[in-house]
Amino acid sequence: MSSTQAEAPPAYRFRRRRRSGLERRKTRIAWLLLLPALAVVALVAFYPLGVTVYQSFTDKSFLALTPTKWIGLKNYFGPTGLIHDTVFRDAIYVTLKFTAITVFFEFVLGMIIALVVNSSFKGRGAMRAVMLVPWAIPTVISARMWQWMFDDIYGVINDALVRLHVIDHSIAWTSVHPLATVAAVDIWKTTPFVALLLLAGLQVIPTELYEAASVDGANKWQQFWRITLPLLRPAILVALIFRTLDALRVFDVFYVFFGNRADTQTMAIYNQNTIINGDVGYGSAISVAIFLIIAVFVVIYVTFTRVEEQ
Amino acid sequence: MKHRAILVVAGLVAAGALIASISVAAAGTSPARHAALTAATVSPPAVPNAKAIRKKYHGQQITFVGDNAVGNSHVRDMNLVARFQKDTGIKIKLVPHPAASDAAYADLVRNFASHSSSYDVMMLDVVWPGAFAPYLVDLKPALGKQAKLHAAGIVQNDTVGGKLVAIPWFGDFGILYYRTDLLNKYGYSSPPSTWTQLDAMAKKIQAGERKSNPNFYGFVWQGNAYEGLTCDALEWLASSGGGTFIANGKATINNKNAAKMLNIVRGWVGTIAPRGVTTYTEENARIPFDNGDAAFMRNWPYAYSIGQQSGSAVKGKFDVTVLPHAAGQHSVGTVGGWQLGVSKFSKHKAAAIELVRYLTSAAVEKYDAIFNSNVPTIPSVALNPAVRRTNPYLKPAIAKVARVTRPSRYLRGKYNKGSQIIYQGINQIENGSNANSVLPRIQSQLNALLR
Repeated sequence: MSSTQAEAPPAYRFRRRRRSGLERRKTRIAWLLLLPALAVVALVAFYPLGVTVYQSFTDKSFLALTPTKWIGLKNYFGPTGLIHDTVFRDAIYVTLKFTAITVFFEFVLGMIIALVVNSSFKGRGAMRAVMLVPWAIPTVISARMWQWMFDDIYGVINDALVRLHVIDHSIAWTSVHPLATVAAVDIWKTTPFVALLLLAGLQVIPTELYEAASVDGANKWQQFWRITLPLLRPAILVALIFRTLDALRVFDVFYVFFGNRADTQTMAIYNQNTIINGDVGYGSAISVAIFLIIAVFVVIYVTFTRVEEQ
Repeated sequence: MKHRAILVVAGLVAAGALIASISVAAAGTSPARHAALTAATVSPPAVPNAKAIRKKYHGQQITFVGDNAVGNSHVRDMNLVARFQKDTGIKIKLVPHPAASDAAYADLVRNFASHSSSYDVMMLDVVWPGAFAPYLVDLKPALGKQAKLHAAGIVQNDTVGGKLVAIPWFGDFGILYYRTDLLNKYGYSSPPSTWTQLDAMAKKIQAGERKSNPNFYGFVWQGNAYEGLTCDALEWLASSGGGTFIANGKATINNKNAAKMLNIVRGWVGTIAPRGVTTYTEENARIPFDNGDAAFMRNWPYAYSIGQQSGSAVKGKFDVTVLPHAAGQHSVGTVGGWQLGVSKFSKHKAAAIELVRYLTSAAVEKYDAIFNSNVPTIPSVALNPAVRRTNPYLKPAIAKVARVTRPSRYLRGKYNKGSQIIYQGINQIENGSNANSVLPRIQSQLNALLR
């Protein structure tokens, strides 16, 4: 998805020109080649999506065994519908807060790391490999690992901070600062991913530009603002889109850390809880709402990229 | 060339990180599991009628969703399954269920909702038969006679609409673990009988022990937002005149005694209990207690045999008794325990029933009680001298405690949701909210569910 957006401009111009016979045939072959992929997408993406939307208009339930009824928009706008659901509202709030915190830090830290490993120094290859380690660990495992490290009695973080006299008594991190702890884990895990995307963007910037700039007397800071940042824009947008969409559907870290704790329910956790409790109809309505919320962000980003391109 | 070298390095580092992380994760559970291997003093009994079973079902493969992989429970399952496999030739795939029982519930919901045949025999919490009854085989024709051996109350619980959808495997009730050496050291001759006494004793012991151990706490329990907290909260409320959440089909949780007791609990968090107790499950409570870092613990009987194993820092230094109560009230213990059921979608129901017949027999219950200090559901096993010797909580003074049940008979299929409302609310109180503002909300949510 990201790469098609990055390559969008040529396609644009192409469409506006008049097409020759050869081009038309090429297009036909392209569609033919795309067909299998489109069929797979329809099967694994659009079919489940359609079923979910359909179910959100019913009172389908797992364990009740009563026949499923069509109830229209009741799951959305009824007296016990989504618009009155304060738990879901809290879940949206928690998720957005988490997204804002993690995407911001992952971007800033990822940018710093990308700039560092893009400059030439001894051991750069090893550095680039080591940088990816957190990202290579499955989230559930790294979450468990951090949970032990954050442990209130036996955790290594408390132990280190007490020994260094930063704090005088162990802190129950996951109880007292729940959002900060999961955000830290997510930032630790995903910053390398952002760094990798930005690094790819950095590597296509021609070095001649910097040489010319330094000949013209621009300092490093000016070079960063006037050359690096503008030319990195497509890579930055891709990184931000990926991270934002990922953060909005966060489930694993929260579930490992807090299970069903009320004030740390993300949209995805509330969604799974509802369905596990049997309310498939209502759960589907939540799924659709999450889909729409994420769609809003996609639209914002895509509009932004288009504006950029023109 | 250089790029390939980088890729190789990257691959090696990533693999190393994976191995390291897995061993870190495993290190968290290894002390208990390692010690468990030396704790076995009994061996699994032989399968009766093994020859006849072998003849009929030899070579069939069934999947058994057994106990979680913490403590001795999974080891017990492995031992029993190995014996059954050897005697009958029925192949068994043993899958431990998730440690938090609501996660185990979610797993079964997914399994039944998809009409999957991948699970044949499954462990069922005492509060689940009502919800899963439509998906379970009626065991009455095959195991009706064996069911008569078990405590009638639990068999009643497992009978839904006249069908025996599950059969009791082992029981559970909440008890108080206390350090005999520390009570002695600080001048107490007996364990606390009221919550006020527990509070005072925990404070004094904690203050004294902190001088040499900064991580020492007075009291630990299961405070995480999960099913275990519903059990603990039921004991707090029922032992202080606060009722049992729901009575006669109506929520009763919003009452003065309940609010008073829960605000006392809120006061314990961060004083006599670690601030992090609000994230503790059974094992998070057991580990500090077994390490000698806590004076009192609320837990199920399974923790007894682990605490008395070699390797435990409190071996021979602790005892168990009934949980405390409020002044003028009496002690209670929440009824827990697990049943075995056979899935309607199983492809090998008959072989699965044979496994259930073996596991719920008196001989296996005796083995389980000795090996894993679980509460037998067969009364005659509970009276067995060998069982009594290893399980002191079975002595009448403790075993006679009033048992309280979670409100699954009112909520049935909605129990999981109801329990979630309860434990999420109680967890908020533990984390600092006033019970007087939380309880009315729980009450109205429960009533909405009951309608």
